[in-house]
Amino acid sequence: MTTDASDTAPKPPVLTKRDIGKDAHSGEPLVVLENVNKHFGALHVLQDIDLTIHRGEVVVVIGPSGSGKSTLCRTINRLEAIDGGRITIDGNLLPQEGRELARLRSDVGMVFQSFNLFAHKTVLQNVTLGPLKVRREKADVVTRRAHELLDRVGVGSQADKYPAQLSGGQQQRVAIARALAMEPKVMLFDEPTSALDPEMINEVLEVMRDLAREGMTMVVVTHEMGFARSAANRVIFMADGRIVEENTPDEFFSNPRSDRARDFLSKILHH
Amino acid sequence: MLEVIQDNWDLLQDGFVGTLKLTVVCGIASLLLGTLIAACRVSPVPPLRWFGAAYVNLFRNTPLTLIFFAVALGFPKLRFNFSFFQFAVIALSTYTAAFICEAIRSGINTVPIGQAEAARSLGMSFTQTLSQIVLPQAGRAAVPPIGSLLIAMVRNSAIASAFNTTELMGTSSTMIENGYKSLWVLVWIAIGYLIITLTMSALLAALEKKLAVVR
Repeated sequence: MTTDASDTAPKPPVLTKRDIGKDAHSGEPLVVLENVNKHFGALHVLQDIDLTIHRGEVVVVIGPSGSGKSTLCRTINRLEAIDGGRITIDGNLLPQEGRELARLRSDVGMVFQSFNLFAHKTVLQNVTLGPLKVRREKADVVTRRAHELLDRVGVGSQADKYPAQLSGGQQQRVAIARALAMEPKVMLFDEPTSALDPEMINEVLEVMRDLAREGMTMVVVTHEMGFARSAANRVIFMADGRIVEENTPDEFFSNPRSDRARDFLSKILHH
Repeated sequence: MLEVIQDNWDLLQDGFVGTLKLTVVCGIASLLLGTLIAACRVSPVPPLRWFGAAYVNLFRNTPLTLIFFAVALGFPKLRFNFSFFQFAVIALSTYTAAFICEAIRSGINTVPIGQAEAARSLGMSFTQTLSQIVLPQAGRAAVPPIGSLLIAMVRNSAIASAFNTTELMGTSSTMIENGYKSLWVLVWIAIGYLIITLTMSALLAALEKKLAVVR
Protein backbone atom coordinates (compact mmCIF):
# COMPACT_ATOMS: atom_id res chain seq x y z
CA MET A 1 0.00 0.00 0.00
CA THR A 2 1.36 3.30 -0.93
CA THR A 3 -0.04 5.06 2.13
CA ASP A 4 1.56 2.58 4.49
CA ALA A 5 4.84 2.76 2.69
CA SER A 6 4.96 6.51 2.90
CA ASP A 7 4.07 6.43 6.58
CA THR A 8 6.90 4.12 7.45
CA ALA A 9 9.45 5.52 5.03
CA PRO A 10 12.08 7.77 6.59
CA LYS A 11 11.43 11.44 6.02
CA PRO A 12 13.48 12.71 3.11
CA PRO A 13 16.26 15.03 4.22
CA VAL A 14 15.60 18.71 3.75
CA LEU A 15 17.02 19.61 0.38
CA THR A 16 19.04 22.75 0.00
CA LYS A 17 19.48 24.25 -3.42
CA ARG A 18 22.95 22.79 -3.40
CA ASP A 19 21.56 19.29 -3.02
CA ILE A 20 19.11 19.88 -5.80
CA GLY A 21 22.11 20.88 -7.87
CA LYS A 22 23.76 17.57 -6.98
CA ASP A 23 20.80 15.74 -8.43
CA ALA A 24 20.69 18.02 -11.40
CA HIS A 25 21.17 15.17 -13.84
CA SER A 26 17.45 14.71 -13.55
CA GLY A 27 17.07 18.34 -14.68
CA GLU A 28 16.42 19.06 -18.31
CA PRO A 29 19.36 19.49 -20.71
CA LEU A 30 20.34 23.15 -21.10
CA VAL A 31 23.52 23.06 -23.15
CA VAL A 32 24.00 20.16 -25.53
CA LEU A 33 27.09 19.56 -27.66
CA GLU A 34 26.84 16.77 -30.22
CA ASN A 35 29.80 15.45 -32.15
CA VAL A 36 31.51 18.87 -32.06
CA ASN A 37 34.73 19.21 -34.05
CA LYS A 38 37.04 22.18 -34.39
CA HIS A 39 40.39 22.74 -36.07
CA PHE A 40 42.99 25.49 -35.71
CA GLY A 41 44.75 24.96 -39.03
CA ALA A 42 46.22 21.48 -38.85
CA LEU A 43 45.53 21.17 -35.13
CA HIS A 44 42.38 19.22 -34.29
CA VAL A 45 41.53 21.02 -31.03
CA LEU A 46 38.10 19.52 -30.42
CA GLN A 47 37.48 15.94 -31.49
CA ASP A 48 33.99 14.46 -31.50
CA ILE A 49 32.90 16.20 -28.31
CA ASP A 50 29.57 15.04 -26.86
CA LEU A 51 28.51 16.83 -23.73
CA THR A 52 25.18 17.59 -22.08
CA ILE A 53 24.91 20.14 -19.30
CA HIS A 54 21.67 20.07 -17.34
CA ARG A 55 19.88 22.97 -15.76
CA GLY A 56 21.36 23.76 -12.34
CA GLU A 57 24.42 21.64 -12.91
CA VAL A 58 27.99 22.76 -12.19
CA VAL A 59 30.44 21.17 -14.60
CA VAL A 60 34.15 21.70 -14.09
CA VAL A 61 36.44 21.13 -17.07
CA ILE A 62 40.05 20.32 -16.27
CA GLY A 63 43.00 19.09 -18.26
CA PRO A 64 46.53 19.94 -19.31
CA SER A 65 47.10 23.15 -21.25
CA GLY A 66 46.43 22.74 -24.94
CA SER A 67 43.83 20.08 -24.26
CA GLY A 68 41.07 22.20 -25.80
CA LYS A 69 39.18 23.01 -22.61
CA SER A 70 39.14 26.79 -23.13
CA THR A 71 38.17 26.32 -26.77
CA LEU A 72 35.33 24.05 -25.65
CA CYS A 73 34.11 26.76 -23.29
CA ARG A 74 34.32 29.43 -26.00
CA THR A 75 32.41 27.38 -28.57
CA ILE A 76 29.34 27.37 -26.32
CA ASN A 77 28.67 31.07 -27.05
CA ARG A 78 30.33 30.86 -30.44
CA LEU A 79 33.30 33.05 -29.66
CA GLU A 80 34.91 30.16 -31.52
CA ALA A 81 32.96 28.81 -34.49
CA ILE A 82 32.88 25.04 -34.83
CA ASP A 83 33.70 23.07 -37.98
CA GLY A 84 31.29 20.22 -37.40
CA GLY A 85 28.60 18.92 -35.09
CA ARG A 86 25.90 20.92 -33.36
CA ILE A 87 25.43 22.94 -30.20
CA THR A 88 22.03 23.76 -28.73
CA ILE A 89 21.26 26.04 -25.81
CA ASP A 90 17.87 25.58 -24.17
CA GLY A 91 16.75 23.72 -27.28
CA ASN A 92 17.87 26.41 -29.73
CA LEU A 93 20.55 25.62 -32.26
CA LEU A 94 23.43 28.09 -31.98
CA PRO A 95 22.84 30.40 -34.98
CA GLN A 96 25.31 31.92 -37.42
CA GLU A 97 26.81 35.35 -36.75
CA GLY A 98 24.10 38.01 -36.55
CA ARG A 99 21.13 39.26 -34.54
CA GLU A 100 19.94 35.79 -33.53
CA LEU A 101 23.36 34.87 -32.19
CA ALA A 102 23.58 38.13 -30.25
CA ARG A 103 20.25 37.39 -28.58
CA LEU A 104 21.37 33.89 -27.66
CA ARG A 105 24.69 35.15 -26.32
CA SER A 106 22.87 37.57 -24.04
CA ASP A 107 21.50 34.50 -22.21
CA VAL A 108 24.97 33.03 -21.75
CA GLY A 109 27.19 34.78 -19.22
CA MET A 110 30.92 34.66 -19.86
CA VAL A 111 33.80 35.33 -17.48
CA PHE A 112 37.27 35.54 -18.99
CA GLN A 113 40.73 34.79 -17.67
CA SER A 114 41.82 38.39 -18.32
CA PHE A 115 38.58 39.93 -16.92
CA ASN A 116 38.05 42.08 -20.04
CA LEU A 117 36.22 44.82 -18.19
CA PHE A 118 35.55 47.78 -20.46
CA ALA A 119 38.53 49.98 -19.65
CA HIS A 120 36.84 53.28 -20.55
CA LYS A 121 33.73 52.67 -18.45
CA THR A 122 33.26 52.78 -14.69
CA VAL A 123 32.53 49.64 -12.71
CA LEU A 124 28.84 50.56 -12.57
CA GLN A 125 28.71 51.32 -16.31
CA ASN A 126 30.37 47.97 -17.02
CA VAL A 127 27.51 46.23 -15.23
CA THR A 128 24.67 48.36 -16.64
CA LEU A 129 25.83 48.52 -20.26
CA GLY A 130 24.50 45.11 -21.34
CA PRO A 131 20.99 45.46 -19.87
CA LEU A 132 20.75 49.04 -21.19
CA LYS A 133 22.05 48.53 -24.72
CA VAL A 134 21.17 44.91 -25.41
CA ARG A 135 17.95 44.46 -23.45
CA ARG A 136 16.94 48.15 -23.53
CA GLU A 137 15.77 47.99 -19.93
CA LYS A 138 14.92 51.10 -17.93
CA ALA A 139 17.92 52.93 -16.51
CA ASP A 140 16.71 53.14 -12.90
CA VAL A 141 15.81 49.44 -12.75
CA VAL A 142 19.16 48.46 -14.24
CA THR A 143 21.13 50.74 -11.94
CA ARG A 144 19.41 49.37 -8.85
CA ARG A 145 20.08 45.80 -9.96
CA ALA A 146 23.69 46.64 -10.77
CA HIS A 147 24.26 48.05 -7.27
CA GLU A 148 22.70 44.92 -5.74
CA LEU A 149 24.95 42.69 -7.82
CA LEU A 150 28.06 44.70 -6.99
CA ASP A 151 27.15 44.47 -3.28
CA ARG A 152 26.61 40.76 -3.67
CA VAL A 153 30.09 40.18 -5.10
CA GLY A 154 31.56 42.52 -2.49
CA VAL A 155 32.64 45.51 -4.58
CA GLY A 156 29.66 47.80 -3.94
CA SER A 157 31.91 50.61 -2.72
CA GLN A 158 33.92 50.61 -5.97
CA ALA A 159 31.01 51.40 -8.30
CA ASP A 160 32.35 54.73 -9.56
CA LYS A 161 35.96 53.64 -10.08
CA TYR A 162 37.52 52.56 -13.35
CA PRO A 163 38.64 48.95 -13.80
CA ALA A 164 42.35 49.85 -13.72
CA GLN A 165 41.90 51.22 -10.19
CA LEU A 166 40.78 47.81 -8.89
CA SER A 167 42.77 44.73 -7.90
CA GLY A 168 42.58 41.67 -10.11
CA GLY A 169 40.26 39.89 -7.72
CA GLN A 170 37.93 42.87 -7.57
CA GLN A 171 37.97 43.19 -11.37
CA GLN A 172 37.04 39.56 -11.79
CA ARG A 173 34.18 39.91 -9.32
CA VAL A 174 32.91 42.92 -11.28
CA ALA A 175 33.15 40.80 -14.42
CA ILE A 176 30.95 38.18 -12.75
CA ALA A 177 28.46 40.88 -11.74
CA ARG A 178 28.49 42.20 -15.32
CA ALA A 179 27.62 38.75 -16.65
CA LEU A 180 24.93 38.21 -13.98
CA ALA A 181 23.30 41.54 -14.84
CA MET A 182 22.01 39.92 -18.03
CA GLU A 183 20.28 37.27 -15.89
CA PRO A 184 21.84 34.46 -17.92
CA LYS A 185 20.61 30.89 -18.15
CA VAL A 186 24.14 29.54 -17.92
CA MET A 187 27.50 30.99 -16.91
CA LEU A 188 30.77 30.10 -18.63
CA PHE A 189 34.01 30.61 -16.71
CA ASP A 190 37.17 30.41 -18.80
CA GLU A 191 40.01 29.99 -16.27
CA PRO A 192 38.63 32.79 -14.09
CA THR A 193 41.41 32.66 -11.49
CA SER A 194 44.43 31.89 -13.66
CA ALA A 195 45.49 35.54 -14.00
CA LEU A 196 45.08 36.31 -10.30
CA ASP A 197 47.59 36.65 -7.50
CA PRO A 198 47.25 33.71 -5.11
CA GLU A 199 45.71 35.74 -2.29
CA MET A 200 42.91 36.93 -4.58
CA ILE A 201 41.89 33.54 -5.93
CA ASN A 202 39.69 32.67 -2.99
CA GLU A 203 37.58 35.81 -3.06
CA VAL A 204 36.61 34.98 -6.64
CA LEU A 205 36.07 31.27 -5.95
CA GLU A 206 33.85 32.19 -3.00
CA VAL A 207 31.57 34.21 -5.26
CA MET A 208 31.46 31.28 -7.68
CA ARG A 209 30.65 28.84 -4.87
CA ASP A 210 27.75 31.08 -3.81
CA LEU A 211 26.47 31.08 -7.38
CA ALA A 212 26.69 27.31 -7.57
CA ARG A 213 24.84 27.03 -4.25
CA GLU A 214 22.06 29.22 -5.60
CA GLY A 215 21.52 26.79 -8.46
CA MET A 216 23.17 28.62 -11.36
CA THR A 217 24.11 26.38 -14.28
CA MET A 218 27.87 26.72 -14.65
CA VAL A 219 30.64 25.51 -16.91
CA VAL A 220 33.97 26.21 -15.27
CA VAL A 221 37.35 25.70 -16.92
CA THR A 222 39.85 25.84 -14.08
CA HIS A 223 42.99 24.51 -12.47
CA GLU A 224 41.50 24.96 -9.00
CA MET A 225 41.02 21.37 -7.89
CA GLY A 226 39.67 22.52 -4.51
CA PHE A 227 36.82 24.29 -6.28
CA ALA A 228 36.17 21.25 -8.45
CA ARG A 229 35.93 19.03 -5.36
CA SER A 230 33.69 21.34 -3.37
CA ALA A 231 31.38 22.87 -5.96
CA ALA A 232 31.20 20.62 -9.02
CA ASN A 233 28.50 18.08 -9.75
CA ARG A 234 30.63 16.62 -12.49
CA VAL A 235 34.24 16.81 -13.57
CA ILE A 236 35.19 16.61 -17.25
CA PHE A 237 38.79 15.68 -17.92
CA MET A 238 40.06 16.69 -21.36
CA ALA A 239 43.29 15.81 -23.12
CA ASP A 240 44.35 16.29 -26.75
CA GLY A 241 40.99 17.64 -27.81
CA ARG A 242 38.92 14.80 -26.40
CA ILE A 243 36.84 14.23 -23.30
CA VAL A 244 38.84 11.44 -21.73
CA GLU A 245 36.89 10.99 -18.56
CA GLU A 246 33.84 12.37 -16.81
CA ASN A 247 32.72 11.57 -13.33
CA THR A 248 31.65 12.98 -10.00
CA PRO A 249 34.49 14.90 -8.34
CA ASP A 250 34.85 12.35 -5.53
CA GLU A 251 35.16 9.45 -7.94
CA PHE A 252 37.40 11.33 -10.33
CA PHE A 253 39.92 12.54 -7.79
CA SER A 254 40.07 9.39 -5.67
CA ASN A 255 39.76 6.87 -8.43
CA PRO A 256 40.64 8.17 -11.90
CA ARG A 257 40.04 5.50 -14.53
CA SER A 258 42.31 6.61 -17.37
CA ASP A 259 46.11 6.66 -17.36
CA ARG A 260 46.01 10.15 -18.80
CA ALA A 261 43.96 11.46 -15.86
CA ARG A 262 46.07 9.58 -13.29
CA ASP A 263 49.21 11.08 -14.82
CA PHE A 264 47.68 14.60 -14.82
CA LEU A 265 46.47 14.34 -11.22
CA SER A 266 49.79 12.97 -9.98
CA LYS A 267 51.50 16.03 -11.46
CA ILE A 268 49.22 18.63 -9.93
CA LEU A 269 48.11 17.11 -6.63
CA HIS A 270 51.33 15.79 -5.08
CA HIS A 271 53.67 18.65 -4.46
CA MET B 1 55.76 93.85 -45.69
CA LEU B 2 52.81 95.18 -43.72
CA GLU B 3 51.31 96.89 -46.76
CA VAL B 4 50.62 93.44 -48.19
CA ILE B 5 47.94 92.82 -45.60
CA GLN B 6 46.92 96.46 -45.23
CA ASP B 7 46.12 96.74 -48.93
CA ASN B 8 44.75 93.22 -49.43
CA TRP B 9 42.91 92.65 -46.17
CA ASP B 10 39.57 91.73 -47.78
CA LEU B 11 41.18 89.42 -50.30
CA LEU B 12 43.27 87.67 -47.65
CA GLN B 13 40.31 87.43 -45.35
CA ASP B 14 38.19 85.80 -48.05
CA GLY B 15 40.99 83.35 -48.77
CA PHE B 16 41.49 82.58 -45.09
CA VAL B 17 37.77 82.01 -44.56
CA GLY B 18 37.67 79.84 -47.70
CA THR B 19 40.47 77.62 -46.42
CA LEU B 20 38.92 77.52 -42.96
CA LYS B 21 35.57 76.46 -44.42
CA LEU B 22 37.26 73.74 -46.49
CA THR B 23 39.12 72.59 -43.38
CA VAL B 24 36.04 72.32 -41.17
CA VAL B 25 33.71 70.79 -43.77
CA CYS B 26 36.29 68.39 -45.24
CA GLY B 27 37.63 67.55 -41.77
CA ILE B 28 34.20 66.48 -40.52
CA ALA B 29 33.27 64.75 -43.78
CA SER B 30 36.54 62.81 -44.01
CA LEU B 31 36.38 61.77 -40.34
CA LEU B 32 32.84 60.45 -40.77
CA LEU B 33 33.60 58.76 -44.08
CA GLY B 34 36.93 57.40 -42.80
CA THR B 35 35.24 55.89 -39.73
CA LEU B 36 32.58 54.33 -41.92
CA ILE B 37 35.18 52.79 -44.25
CA ALA B 38 37.19 51.57 -41.24
CA ALA B 39 34.01 49.93 -39.89
CA CYS B 40 33.64 48.22 -43.28
CA ARG B 41 37.23 47.01 -43.16
CA VAL B 42 36.80 45.30 -39.77
CA SER B 43 33.25 44.10 -40.46
CA PRO B 44 32.38 40.38 -40.32
CA VAL B 45 30.67 40.74 -43.73
CA PRO B 46 33.19 39.92 -46.50
CA PRO B 47 31.71 42.18 -49.25
CA LEU B 48 31.96 45.17 -46.89
CA ARG B 49 35.58 44.30 -46.15
CA TRP B 50 36.31 44.07 -49.89
CA PHE B 51 34.63 47.42 -50.48
CA GLY B 52 36.68 49.03 -47.69
CA ALA B 53 39.95 47.65 -48.98
CA ALA B 54 39.14 48.64 -52.56
CA TYR B 55 38.21 52.17 -51.48
CA VAL B 56 41.43 52.68 -49.54
CA ASN B 57 43.59 51.28 -52.30
CA LEU B 58 41.90 53.36 -54.97
CA PHE B 59 41.90 56.74 -53.21
CA ARG B 60 45.15 56.43 -51.29
CA ASN B 61 47.09 55.60 -54.41
CA THR B 62 45.63 58.21 -56.74
CA PRO B 63 47.18 61.71 -56.88
CA LEU B 64 44.85 64.25 -55.30
CA THR B 65 45.03 66.49 -58.38
CA LEU B 66 43.72 63.61 -60.46
CA ILE B 67 40.79 63.16 -58.06
CA PHE B 68 40.07 66.90 -58.35
CA PHE B 69 40.08 66.58 -62.14
CA ALA B 70 37.85 63.52 -62.01
CA VAL B 71 35.33 65.30 -59.79
CA ALA B 72 35.44 68.72 -61.48
CA LEU B 73 35.30 67.32 -65.02
CA GLY B 74 33.46 64.05 -64.47
CA PHE B 75 30.57 65.12 -62.24
CA PRO B 76 29.16 67.77 -64.63
CA LYS B 77 29.21 65.11 -67.39
CA LEU B 78 27.05 62.95 -65.10
CA ARG B 79 24.79 65.99 -64.64
CA PHE B 80 25.78 66.51 -61.00
CA ASN B 81 26.02 70.29 -61.01
CA PHE B 82 27.56 71.34 -57.73
CA SER B 83 29.46 74.51 -56.93
CA PHE B 84 33.24 74.57 -57.15
CA PHE B 85 33.39 74.61 -53.37
CA GLN B 86 31.29 71.44 -53.23
CA PHE B 87 33.51 69.78 -55.83
CA ALA B 88 36.53 70.66 -53.72
CA VAL B 89 34.88 69.20 -50.60
CA ILE B 90 34.04 65.96 -52.40
CA ALA B 91 37.52 65.52 -53.86
CA LEU B 92 39.42 66.42 -50.69
CA SER B 93 37.16 64.42 -48.33
CA THR B 94 37.10 61.20 -50.33
CA TYR B 95 40.88 61.37 -50.64
CA THR B 96 41.58 62.19 -46.97
CA ALA B 97 39.04 59.60 -45.76
CA ALA B 98 41.15 56.79 -47.23
CA PHE B 99 44.05 57.77 -44.98
CA ILE B 100 41.86 58.48 -41.94
CA CYS B 101 40.36 55.02 -42.34
CA GLU B 102 43.77 53.43 -42.01
CA ALA B 103 44.65 55.59 -38.98
CA ILE B 104 41.42 54.52 -37.27
CA ARG B 105 42.06 50.90 -38.18
CA SER B 106 45.49 51.06 -36.57
CA GLY B 107 43.79 52.55 -33.50
CA ILE B 108 41.28 49.69 -33.49
CA ASN B 109 44.17 47.24 -33.56
CA THR B 110 45.51 48.67 -30.28
CA VAL B 111 42.31 47.71 -28.43
CA PRO B 112 42.74 44.25 -26.85
CA ILE B 113 40.62 41.62 -28.57
CA GLY B 114 39.11 40.69 -25.21
CA GLN B 115 37.23 44.00 -25.09
CA ALA B 116 35.28 43.10 -28.23
CA GLU B 117 34.83 39.50 -27.04
CA ALA B 118 33.37 40.70 -23.75
CA ALA B 119 30.98 43.00 -25.62
CA ARG B 120 29.92 40.25 -28.02
CA SER B 121 29.37 37.78 -25.21
CA LEU B 122 26.98 40.27 -23.57
CA GLY B 123 24.96 40.04 -26.77
CA MET B 124 26.02 43.33 -28.36
CA SER B 125 25.75 43.63 -32.12
CA PHE B 126 28.76 44.42 -34.29
CA THR B 127 27.69 48.07 -34.51
CA GLN B 128 27.21 48.34 -30.75
CA THR B 129 30.54 46.64 -30.04
CA LEU B 130 32.30 49.01 -32.41
CA SER B 131 30.60 52.23 -31.33
CA GLN B 132 30.32 51.57 -27.57
CA ILE B 133 33.50 49.65 -26.81
CA VAL B 134 36.11 49.57 -29.56
CA LEU B 135 36.05 53.01 -31.22
CA PRO B 136 36.07 55.03 -27.95
CA GLN B 137 39.22 53.16 -26.94
CA ALA B 138 40.73 53.25 -30.43
CA GLY B 139 40.44 57.03 -30.52
CA ARG B 140 43.41 57.79 -28.36
CA ALA B 141 45.89 55.84 -30.45
CA ALA B 142 44.35 57.15 -33.67
CA VAL B 143 44.37 60.85 -32.75
CA PRO B 144 48.09 61.62 -33.40
CA PRO B 145 48.13 60.14 -36.94
CA ILE B 146 44.73 61.71 -37.64
CA GLY B 147 46.23 65.04 -36.58
CA SER B 148 48.99 64.68 -39.16
CA LEU B 149 46.46 63.71 -41.80
CA LEU B 150 44.22 66.70 -41.09
CA ILE B 151 47.20 69.05 -41.29
CA ALA B 152 48.14 67.47 -44.60
CA MET B 153 44.55 67.97 -45.67
CA VAL B 154 44.71 71.70 -44.89
CA ARG B 155 47.82 72.00 -47.03
CA ASN B 156 46.30 69.83 -49.76
CA SER B 157 43.33 72.21 -49.87
CA ALA B 158 45.63 74.62 -51.75
CA ILE B 159 45.03 72.48 -54.83
CA ALA B 160 41.41 73.67 -54.79
CA SER B 161 42.57 77.11 -55.92
CA ALA B 162 43.38 75.58 -59.29
CA PHE B 163 39.71 74.57 -59.51
CA ASN B 164 38.12 77.99 -58.99
CA THR B 165 37.61 77.65 -55.26
CA THR B 166 38.29 80.72 -53.14
CA GLU B 167 40.95 79.78 -50.61
CA LEU B 168 44.12 81.15 -49.09
CA MET B 169 46.75 79.94 -51.56
CA GLY B 170 44.74 81.24 -54.52
CA THR B 171 44.99 84.81 -53.22
CA SER B 172 48.76 84.81 -53.82
CA SER B 173 48.57 84.98 -57.61
CA THR B 174 46.22 87.99 -57.49
CA MET B 175 48.52 89.88 -55.11
CA ILE B 176 51.69 88.99 -57.00
CA GLU B 177 50.08 90.07 -60.28
CA ASN B 178 49.24 93.38 -58.59
CA GLY B 179 52.96 93.94 -57.97
CA TYR B 180 53.42 92.96 -54.34
CA LYS B 181 56.66 91.24 -53.42
CA SER B 182 56.03 87.51 -53.70
CA LEU B 183 58.21 86.77 -50.65
CA TRP B 184 55.99 88.82 -48.30
CA VAL B 185 52.82 87.60 -49.94
CA LEU B 186 53.85 84.02 -49.32
CA VAL B 187 54.98 84.75 -45.74
CA TRP B 188 51.54 86.10 -44.87
CA ILE B 189 49.84 83.17 -46.53
CA ALA B 190 52.08 80.79 -44.59
CA ILE B 191 51.08 82.57 -41.38
CA GLY B 192 47.42 82.10 -42.36
CA TYR B 193 47.94 78.35 -42.76
CA LEU B 194 49.87 78.19 -39.49
CA ILE B 195 46.99 79.83 -37.60
CA ILE B 196 44.67 77.08 -38.82
CA THR B 197 47.00 74.12 -38.41
CA LEU B 198 48.38 75.12 -35.01
CA THR B 199 44.88 75.70 -33.63
CA MET B 200 43.91 72.30 -34.93
CA SER B 201 46.96 70.66 -33.34
CA ALA B 202 46.08 72.21 -29.98
CA LEU B 203 42.49 70.95 -30.21
CA LEU B 204 43.68 67.45 -31.12
CA ALA B 205 46.20 67.38 -28.28
CA ALA B 206 43.39 68.24 -25.85
CA LEU B 207 41.25 65.52 -27.40
CA GLU B 208 44.05 62.98 -27.06
CA LYS B 209 44.32 63.77 -23.36
CA LYS B 210 40.57 63.46 -22.91
CA LEU B 211 40.46 60.07 -24.62
CA ALA B 212 43.23 58.62 -22.45
CA VAL B 213 42.21 55.20 -21.13
CA VAL B 214 44.09 53.73 -18.20
CA ARG B 215 44.65 49.99 -18.39
